[in-house]
Amino acid sequence: MAIDKFLVEASHIMMFARSVGDANPIYHDEDYAKKTDLGGIIAPPTFAQSSAQFDPDYFLRPKIGGEGWFGSGKEASGAKPSKDSGGSGGGAAMGLHAEQHFEYHKPVKAGDILTATTKPGNSWEKESKRAGKLKFSESVTEYRNQDGELVITATGVGVQTERAVDS
Amino acid sequence: MLKENEIKVGDTHTAVLVEDLKRTQIVQYAGASGDYNPLHTDEIFTTQVAGYPSVFAHGMLSMGLTGTMLTDYVGDGALKKYGVRFTNQVWPGDTLTGKATIIEIREEDGSKVVDLMIETTNQNDIAVITGTATATIET
Repeated sequence: MAIDKFLVEASHIMMFARSVGDANPIYHDEDYAKKTDLGGIIAPPTFAQSSAQFDPDYFLRPKIGGEGWFGSGKEASGAKPSKDSGGSGGGAAMGLHAEQHFEYHKPVKAGDILTATTKPGNSWEKESKRAGKLKFSESVTEYRNQDGELVITATGVGVQTERAVDS
Repeated sequence: MLKENEIKVGDTHTAVLVEDLKRTQIVQYAGASGDYNPLHTDEIFTTQVAGYPSVFAHGMLSMGLTGTMLTDYVGDGALKKYGVRFTNQVWPGDTLTGKATIIEIREEDGSKVVDLMIETTNQNDIAVITGTATATIET
């Protein structure tokens, strides 16, 4: 997975912050944010996950005009999910999301233009009473800003389970 | 930002992250994050095809909610690291409480930082997220 242009926009940050219940004005109030040391609106800590919006091939978004979507329509399922993961941040595209780690090198600000490149990391297997055989796989995504500076390193661990897990 | 002379190992910060999680908030998160996996928003697919009792929250929604508690505590732009394991699923109707505990105050790259242990639990006191974070503090 590679993302050439992840435009970090204030309105997207506002919507993302709302969805995680964060009313902090640093995420939506430009006048407030300008007066802080950070000098402007910044992205919340897990915002990089929304780079999926900028991945043209992201598997967990219905494609415009064509290719079936596996969610319900007239029938309970439109299609079988594709085996090709290629997801952002190593999340649900690889099954369920088992772990997520972020390292922050520089604050991400509204107006930044990021690129992201993802490399596979380790993979391993484990037996579970609840879900059968578990296949874990790691992916490491590096986010760089318009000046080429590394801003975030994100490591996701996905897990494929043999059976549905209903805790 | 946390101040070195105002904190000590063992200090905790807790916050209720969400009460009675609504399906609509999960939809909000799907829209904002771009993760439209039907397991989170499509009850018919999730129960009839995938075999789960209902839709459930994105792990990253729980991590995001927990992140709100974390940045409220350590301040804006202070986080250096934040990592979690998703230990149990989060369902509509869940009430989540997040907790950060100071486990170490130390130096890193010439500045003072604090290491935190993170745990988010549901209304039955079951952990849904466990993790760690590191944040810069003021000296």
